[in-house]
Amino acid sequence: MATIELINVEKKFGPSYAVKPMNMTIHSGEFVVLLGPSGCGKTTTLRMISGLEAVTDGQILFDGKDVTWLHPSDRDIAFVFQFFALYSHMTARENIAFPLQAQGEPRDSIRKRVEEVAKMLRIEHLMNARPGGLSGGDQQRVALARALVRRPAAFLMDEPLGALDAEFRESMRAEIKRLHIEQNATTVYVTHDQIEAMAMGDRVVVMSAAVVQQNGTPAEVYHDPANLFVAKFIGSPGMNLIQGHYADGRVALPGDNRYDVPADWHTTIHEAIGRDGDIILGFRPEAAHISASGPIATTVYTTDLHGSYTMLHLEIDRDTIVDVRAGRGTNYPIGTPARFDLDPAMVRFFDPKTEMAIRKGGNP
Amino acid sequence: MATRASAPSAPVTISTRVDKVGLRPKVTRAIRAFVVVILTVLILLPVVWMVMTSLKSPSDVVAVPPKIIFEPSIESFIFLVTERVQFPTRQEADEFRARDDLKWYEKKVAERGQKITRVGDFPKQLRNSFIIAGTSTIFSVLFGVLSAYAFSRFKIPGEGDLLFFILSTRMLPPVAVTIPIFLMYRELGLDNTYFGLILLYTTFNLSFSVWLLKGFIDEIPKEYEEAALVDGYTRLQAFRKVVLPQAVTGIAATTVFCFIFAWNEYAFAAMLTSDATRTAPPSIPSIQGVGRIEWETIAAASLVFLLPVVIVTFALRKHLLRGVTFGAIRKG
Ligand SMILES: Nc1ncnc2c1ncn2[C@@H]1O[C@H](COP(=O)(O)OP(=O)(O)OP(=O)(O)O)[C@@H](O)[C@H]1O
Ligand SMILES: [Mg+2]
Repeated sequence: MATIELINVEKKFGPSYAVKPMNMTIHSGEFVVLLGPSGCGKTTTLRMISGLEAVTDGQILFDGKDVTWLHPSDRDIAFVFQFFALYSHMTARENIAFPLQAQGEPRDSIRKRVEEVAKMLRIEHLMNARPGGLSGGDQQRVALARALVRRPAAFLMDEPLGALDAEFRESMRAEIKRLHIEQNATTVYVTHDQIEAMAMGDRVVVMSAAVVQQNGTPAEVYHDPANLFVAKFIGSPGMNLIQGHYADGRVALPGDNRYDVPADWHTTIHEAIGRDGDIILGFRPEAAHISASGPIATTVYTTDLHGSYTMLHLEIDRDTIVDVRAGRGTNYPIGTPARFDLDPAMVRFFDPKTEMAIRKGGNP
Repeated sequence: MATRASAPSAPVTISTRVDKVGLRPKVTRAIRAFVVVILTVLILLPVVWMVMTSLKSPSDVVAVPPKIIFEPSIESFIFLVTERVQFPTRQEADEFRARDDLKWYEKKVAERGQKITRVGDFPKQLRNSFIIAGTSTIFSVLFGVLSAYAFSRFKIPGEGDLLFFILSTRMLPPVAVTIPIFLMYRELGLDNTYFGLILLYTTFNLSFSVWLLKGFIDEIPKEYEEAALVDGYTRLQAFRKVVLPQAVTGIAATTVFCFIFAWNEYAFAAMLTSDATRTAPPSIPSIQGVGRIEWETIAAASLVFLLPVVIVTFALRKHLLRGVTFGAIRKG
């Protein structure tokens, strides 16, 4: 399994950047997810790693070896495409054997290896079918088998589940994860579905507008977003972000609310924006709890019932609505007042000018 | 599919299905069938007439009113492949007929007072047609596939202009350039050669085949080859193992169209070929009868000439139907 390093890798199409200079290391055996909205450069990044797209500048290393200008076939990688890219003129078996034939392996060992992979993916019964006659999930299993069959140094997957129905997606997600654990193969996985990213990735690389916004574990990306984009993009709903004004350990919030900033944040905030300045207060819906003595007064705007909890949408003032998670036990009629407090360990602050997170110990 | 619970609404009583719109679907269906039958008859009538004529004896061919029921004969096909002379006198003909070492076809011809002198020119002309049309079709499709692939997949500077230029060779009727081409060919010594006509037909067909095939290859997702590239194949291997099999429909359609053009071409063939390289189209109307116009021979020649196109089209019909409706090909 290979370690993949990107050093100042960039891609321009004409004058515009598809990927701005980017640095990233994907360690051997790691499952890294590239996550971002449509058009942010995820596919382009993956294609540069595979060699299907030439870099405009920068260097790509596999295990320390420069592969920047190596032909895709010489990189020992497997690529799984969103639309499977199975050959309709071949049976599933022939599709899976195809990469092995390129290496001129003997027939018997090809047959053995194909059977082995088919068994691993539980598609033995489909081996003589043509891709056209298979369901989306089965087609993607065949495509995965084709990628696995060669035991490549790295797997690159571009939204492999994007074309599947929701129910297939769930089970395939688990299958891919299991395969990764069994094979312990370096995997770069592209998706714009953050639930998928959080569920599957050892590490999540959040991209937006051709730039890496944050590179961290799912927990880091969720709890400590590096900037406003990540805070809003990750989580459903995203992080609550309230414009406020900081002065002397307190944040003045809309609707004449005041929030006393936990003492351990004071120095960090002073260093970042001074003793007096605009700030954005951020917290996840589960960081807030309804409490009659809570510092922030609101009115219930609407409520959504979920399986195990209720999501309250609380109006602080006309322009500010926050999402707060509450137990299912209590009823919150629309229009009634509600106050909430925040878990001091789970509040976050952002600088509205730079849109970056204010972090204890500075930004990494 | 999410189902949405909604307030009960009035039942839908009027079908909005397109095929059920219209007052009396049965009547319209009958009219449609009738029109199709009439059209088919109109189109097939000359062909049927040609087949009938080719199977008539010389006297039935010119019978007035035309005979619908007649005794079939294959004399016309013997006439077509032979060169004959008329015996000068009745007596000589009778004497010849009386000989018992005659083959069956010699007897047939002798009954008309004629004698076979040698094999006719038509088989050779048909062979010339095959060589010229076949080779030029192979070249048109081969070069067409290669350049269509390049246009479809690679960034080519001035791609749009080049494609337009290729198409522009189709923008004037070929007949308009017959004289310059004739003079050019004579200077270059290309007239009356296989190579000359093959070159000409390939040139004519290439613009068409590049454009048609580019449409087909554009339809093949580039991920197909890319998958092969990362799997360890070179681009040429990927082209051969992945692109070509996916493009068979387009290649089949292009082959048929190119072949039909090259096979049927008349004007340049008439002008640029003579004895040795003459193809079938210009020779059919100039079939020389012995002592009269042999309509049944001309009909037989036309029939034989028609067969290869019918066979090629029939053999590739599975691809053709998808081919002529291309753009609507499903992916994957
Ligand atoms: N071959 C190309 N030529 C020109 N521009 C391109 C090309 N490929 C991608 N781009 C542009 O580069 C940017 C990034 O594209 P990319 O496909 O990497 O995005 P993505 O993150 O994969 O998006 P999606 O989620 O829609 O797949 C887009 O703005 C796209 O329009
Ligand atoms: Mg993409």
